[in-house]
Amino acid sequence: MPRTNPLLLPPRHYLNNGFGVRSWLLTRDHKRIALLYLVGVTLFFFIGGAFAVMIRLELATPAGELVTDDTYNKLFTLHGVMMVFFFLIPAIPAVLGNFLIPLMIGAKDLAFPKLNLASWYIYMIGATFTLYAVVTGGLDTGWTFYTPFSSAYSTTQVVPAAVGIFITGFSSILTGLNFIVTIHRMRAPGLTWFRLPLFVWSHYAASLIMVLGTPVVAITILMVAAERIFGFGLFDPNRGGDPVLFQHLFWFYSHPAVYIMILPAMGVISELVAAFCRKQVFGYTFVAFASLGIAVLGFLVWGHHMFVAGQSVYAALIFSILSFLVAIPSAIKVFNWTATMYKGSIAWETPMLYAIGFIGLFTIGGLTGLFLAAVGLDVHVTDTYFIVAHFHYIMVGGTIMGYLGGLHYWWPKISGRTYNELLAKVSAAIIFFGFNLTFFPQFIVGYLGMPRRYHAYPPEFQLLNVLSSAGASILGVGYLIPMIYLAWSLRYGRIVGSNPWGAVGLEWTTTSPPPTENFAETPVVTWDAYEYPTEVHGHVA
Amino acid sequence: MWPGTPLFPDTASTMAHRVDALYFFLIGLTAFFSLLIAGLIIYYAIKFRRRAPDSVGARLSGGLVLEITWTVIPLGIVLVIFTWGASVFFAMARPPADTLNIYVVGKQWMWKFQHLNGAREINELHVPIGQPVKLIMTSEDVIHDLFFPAFRVKADVIPGRYTEIWFEATRPGTYHLFCAEYCGTRHSGMIGQVVVLEPSEFQTWLSSGQAEGSLASAGGKLFRDLACNTCHRSDAQGRGPVLDGLFGKTVTLQSGDRIAVDEAYIRESIVNPNEKLTAGFQPIMPAYQGQVTEEQLLELIEYVRALGTGTSLPSLRPDAGGPRPGENTPSRGGNVPR
Amino acid sequence: MLPEAAEHHPALAHHFDNLAQQKEAATLGMWVFLVTEVLFFGGLFAAYSIYRGWYPDAFAAASHTLDITFGTVNTAVLITSSLTMALAVHSAQTGERRLLMLFLVATMILGAVFLGIKGVEYAHKFTEHHVPGATFHFEEEALSRHAQVFFSLYFVMTGLHALHMIIGLGIMLWMLWWAWRGTITSEYYSPVEISGLYWHFVDIVWIFLFPLLYLIGRHG
Repeated sequence: MPRTNPLLLPPRHYLNNGFGVRSWLLTRDHKRIALLYLVGVTLFFFIGGAFAVMIRLELATPAGELVTDDTYNKLFTLHGVMMVFFFLIPAIPAVLGNFLIPLMIGAKDLAFPKLNLASWYIYMIGATFTLYAVVTGGLDTGWTFYTPFSSAYSTTQVVPAAVGIFITGFSSILTGLNFIVTIHRMRAPGLTWFRLPLFVWSHYAASLIMVLGTPVVAITILMVAAERIFGFGLFDPNRGGDPVLFQHLFWFYSHPAVYIMILPAMGVISELVAAFCRKQVFGYTFVAFASLGIAVLGFLVWGHHMFVAGQSVYAALIFSILSFLVAIPSAIKVFNWTATMYKGSIAWETPMLYAIGFIGLFTIGGLTGLFLAAVGLDVHVTDTYFIVAHFHYIMVGGTIMGYLGGLHYWWPKISGRTYNELLAKVSAAIIFFGFNLTFFPQFIVGYLGMPRRYHAYPPEFQLLNVLSSAGASILGVGYLIPMIYLAWSLRYGRIVGSNPWGAVGLEWTTTSPPPTENFAETPVVTWDAYEYPTEVHGHVA
Repeated sequence: MWPGTPLFPDTASTMAHRVDALYFFLIGLTAFFSLLIAGLIIYYAIKFRRRAPDSVGARLSGGLVLEITWTVIPLGIVLVIFTWGASVFFAMARPPADTLNIYVVGKQWMWKFQHLNGAREINELHVPIGQPVKLIMTSEDVIHDLFFPAFRVKADVIPGRYTEIWFEATRPGTYHLFCAEYCGTRHSGMIGQVVVLEPSEFQTWLSSGQAEGSLASAGGKLFRDLACNTCHRSDAQGRGPVLDGLFGKTVTLQSGDRIAVDEAYIRESIVNPNEKLTAGFQPIMPAYQGQVTEEQLLELIEYVRALGTGTSLPSLRPDAGGPRPGENTPSRGGNVPR
Repeated sequence: MLPEAAEHHPALAHHFDNLAQQKEAATLGMWVFLVTEVLFFGGLFAAYSIYRGWYPDAFAAASHTLDITFGTVNTAVLITSSLTMALAVHSAQTGERRLLMLFLVATMILGAVFLGIKGVEYAHKFTEHHVPGATFHFEEEALSRHAQVFFSLYFVMTGLHALHMIIGLGIMLWMLWWAWRGTITSEYYSPVEISGLYWHFVDIVWIFLFPLLYLIGRHG
């Protein structure tokens, strides 16, 4: 199609199917609900990010001069709480998963649309409780709530925050439930399991974790709240309880939770690599099973957070070997993505930049996980900045880059318009550079011995901290720029057709934006995922 | 501008070298695979860049041999790392037999160190070179963690339990010690230093200026003041078990289980005696929970350890025997609340 | 491309192709939800198992202070309510509206009886000072510390179970209303069926709670 022919938005689509607040707040449409989540996760990301800015400002100098001890403790706690529970866990599934899963499987909606809307309300109510805790005194227990500090010693708003997290957990559980039933029961005719896009496989695996793991942390947090309110003694050694039991129950969820955070991002990367190489993902079946493998093995490794917490030597060794095993499926995925690029037709568009950034940074982050699985080495680096660097490489270098890559890739489908490509590429580069400057020095200062959750530290650690804080300011700028050009594009972006990237996938066969019912007629699928024809027509560069 | 910015920690213990060796191996491995993947990606992205807007990639979907290869090789590598890490960990978890024991009590927000001869330190720990040192640790309140970066060793310090770490220092000097488990307001202030001395200097330091007598003798005094000796007699006439020579042995409990008489069992038997009752005795011992501090428990443990071993207890100073000005006299019925 | 489904049963939601797909989705959804409930209670059962293994004597002594008569009666009540629920589901499947309503009401009455007895038990525990916290006092001093752990678990576990029962009663009321309105027919009865699944699950949780809490060390 000649580039000068101006396109128009389709006359009827999900965004103009009803106007007004009620049509959004009472919608059953999975696409609108995805955008409701987008507003929520973006807001909470920036709140959590603001706390991070304060943390890095304080850590630029060795003495704790900017804020008091107690304030700093609240800053890192709430940074963790906002980011983990209100951004990293919901973002990709509830925004991209909600929007795309029905489209990718040829369905009109998820299995339970009203439950989907309820999940969003539950999420916002949980967030309200937590924000209430923030503004009425904050929380200083760390996002990990270790007892007996959280159950008996902290004087901050533990109960409201715990209630907020408890409520939000149900949003995650119900989303996972919705996805599982949808993927089982609502695939279009001909769409067998092994023809599904890998994005769907990843979300299926993540949903298994959501429904099995989240209830355990829910009941654990409930027990901490009960201990504070009623004086029960489940985790208090003075009353016969065991504080280490809390850690087992907490990490039984919170380790698999990190796979909830990364599996959907890996699903995005599979889609991006396939689309921007115009090639089937190499080793599709292995990648699909690797997702399930990560989900299963992920439930068996929680003790690696507790190597120095007083477990027996034999328990530690079992958790160690299982932790090594869970690294293997992730490695398989990295190799398969790289192999997909071999003899691909590779385009350097923004989503692909994010995908490549993900693969590099996730590889480094994942390999540093091997340092931690080796018990003898973990003893030295646990509870230091080495750990902080490790998980930020995975969650920021991994998940957030996957999220941004996916947001950019599907933005034309969601909005019907595209964004400024130059600004987008520049932002991606700023983010990549800022990220590495922020977190790489933390590996070094961690091995040196700087513990986590310290706001004052010995002066010889200052140089590395200054580098990290400088990186954080750059990273912050990098995150702000996309907010601006994406918002701008909603009104002024160039309109695109149904398949601007020339990609293969059911979502690209319907209009941009799609109609409320997704497809004019239910598709019948007779092809494999990523089965590219010998040439592609209609690509608008 | 930033003098003395190190990029690598001091190496000051026998374990430190082993930990560092594994660390460097993993750095090499990480660098190798990261560069390999990054290199391939960049190479492919350039070599196979899209040349025409409508071109697609080759139809290549997979290869079983390749998949198996890049599954099995990483599996082999991680098994090597596991074994290496496990071996280092075993050495860390099994202190040698002849350790110099020092007790540690952590509390918000300070570290209290108790040498056996009664010397006490706060936030500073003196140890000798070339002698394995074992720290037996507990907390008075929340979970803390004692961390010596130069020795590459740490362990959580938990209320209601004893945990241990051991190290053998190899270089004289002063090194950091940190609390490494978040514990509240002044977590970042719960720091100090470990001072490693030549053995003769350490002995000099140890025997200087300590007036209160050894832990064991203080424990003996407590044992009498709390009237433990009325039931725990050296002959078998008392209502409680004979404690002489008991430390380190195994006893049979009411439930039929056998248990080793170690620091943890002694502590539990004082604080909550009737949960693990020795077979053949009545549950009449009162619970001393809340009536003795963690430090007093350590003194009693050292006293019981010394009982009946034939070791003469380090004698009290000549003017000992009664309370000195400012010294707490523990009495039955309560002392420092927990 | 397939044509859209020709039938349009009033209960068919627009995003499903037919009632059979809708029913399968609803049933699978309820089973997945029940799995999450197993994990939810599972954390408590795990804590219980660990503490009971450590403090067998204290747990046995504390368990003996629970009223075994009430517990047994409640178990019988709940099992009977599962029977009436199963009969309700059967009546829905055969389109017998009056019987369906009758059995739903019977289930609700039995559920209410269970909760009433539970309330009486809680009141007893309160007057005996067995509620953990500042007022806790256990007769056998030596075991008091760990008996408090037992009672903490007792209240959280049975309290959570009771909460699930109350929600179950609400669901029964909803089904009763639908039955009265004629929404439930022999063609469309899956809401009653999946409500039945939920109710049976709540029953099964009690079947585990009863021996673990009431029957420790009671022989013969």
